[in-house]
Amino acid sequence: MSIGVGLATGLYGISFGALSTAAGLNLWQTQVLSLLMFSGGSQFAFVGIIAAGGPAAVGVAVVSAWLLGVRNGFYAVRMNPVLEAVGFRKLLSAQLTIDESTAVATAQNLRGDQVKGFWLTGAAVFVFWNTMTFVGAILGSTIGDPKSWGLDAAAAAAFLGLLWPRLKERQALAVAALAFTVAVVTTPSLPVGLPIILAGLVALVVGAFNLFDRKREPTK
Amino acid sequence: MTIWIGILLGSVAVYSWKIFGYLVPHTVLDNPRVGKIANLITVALLSALTGVQMLTSGGAISFDARVPAIAVAAVMLAFRAPFIVMVAVAAAVAALLRYFF
Repeated sequence: MSIGVGLATGLYGISFGALSTAAGLNLWQTQVLSLLMFSGGSQFAFVGIIAAGGPAAVGVAVVSAWLLGVRNGFYAVRMNPVLEAVGFRKLLSAQLTIDESTAVATAQNLRGDQVKGFWLTGAAVFVFWNTMTFVGAILGSTIGDPKSWGLDAAAAAAFLGLLWPRLKERQALAVAALAFTVAVVTTPSLPVGLPIILAGLVALVVGAFNLFDRKREPTK
Repeated sequence: MTIWIGILLGSVAVYSWKIFGYLVPHTVLDNPRVGKIANLITVALLSALTGVQMLTSGGAISFDARVPAIAVAAVMLAFRAPFIVMVAVAAAVAALLRYFF
């Protein structure tokens, strides 16, 4: 199972590598992002904003990547009592705490299997994600105009693909629709990347006041 | 150079969430409302990135070959197509439309 998940994730490492070099990052910058940042959503956001705004947008790119990484903190809280790692192993387990390793671990019943599932999946995804980033970066840097290959559409499709499984509840759908609209409509009047941050504030407001939640008790 | 600094800062920033969850386990992160807001922020950012990447170009709103490409991608996602296939087809749709029109 761990290898299968690793392979599947690795395949979209190809699209990350290609999009990153098309965005103007070089091969090494692309590879270091996959090694050190190692979180798909954050990496796609980082290079997407650099693609639109160049080096001037690097500050917003960092903030967007950071905000998209927040869910990993919640995975870490969940995995901590299972792994009980200390010292260097704790630092390493943190780096491998991502969607896939947490999902495989929490799908197991026995604690031993959970620990094994976490480390095996984390390691498999790390290896395949980085190898395929390299392959994608080589491919991306050898083609000419990224637009004639539809790579700008591929970037939008990648974001949609990451978003899709999260759209099961009404509140999430409402936030997605609002964020989409706010970001597109404010793009002509705001510096690159800020519309993305503004959309994040929409989520903060909706979540803080629990708007659009079907399960909410009617107010009396 | 600016890009390199961004890569390192961004990587530290993303890692900070991961290690934070291990070092301070029973904190504000255990609050269900906080968990919900974190999920919604992820949804909002991904949706905003989809919109900007699909409908804007050089700081202006523009409708081009990306729109039909993403429509095809959405249909493929509804039919549970694998991620890489869906992304490749979206790129191919946009590339072919641009080649022929």
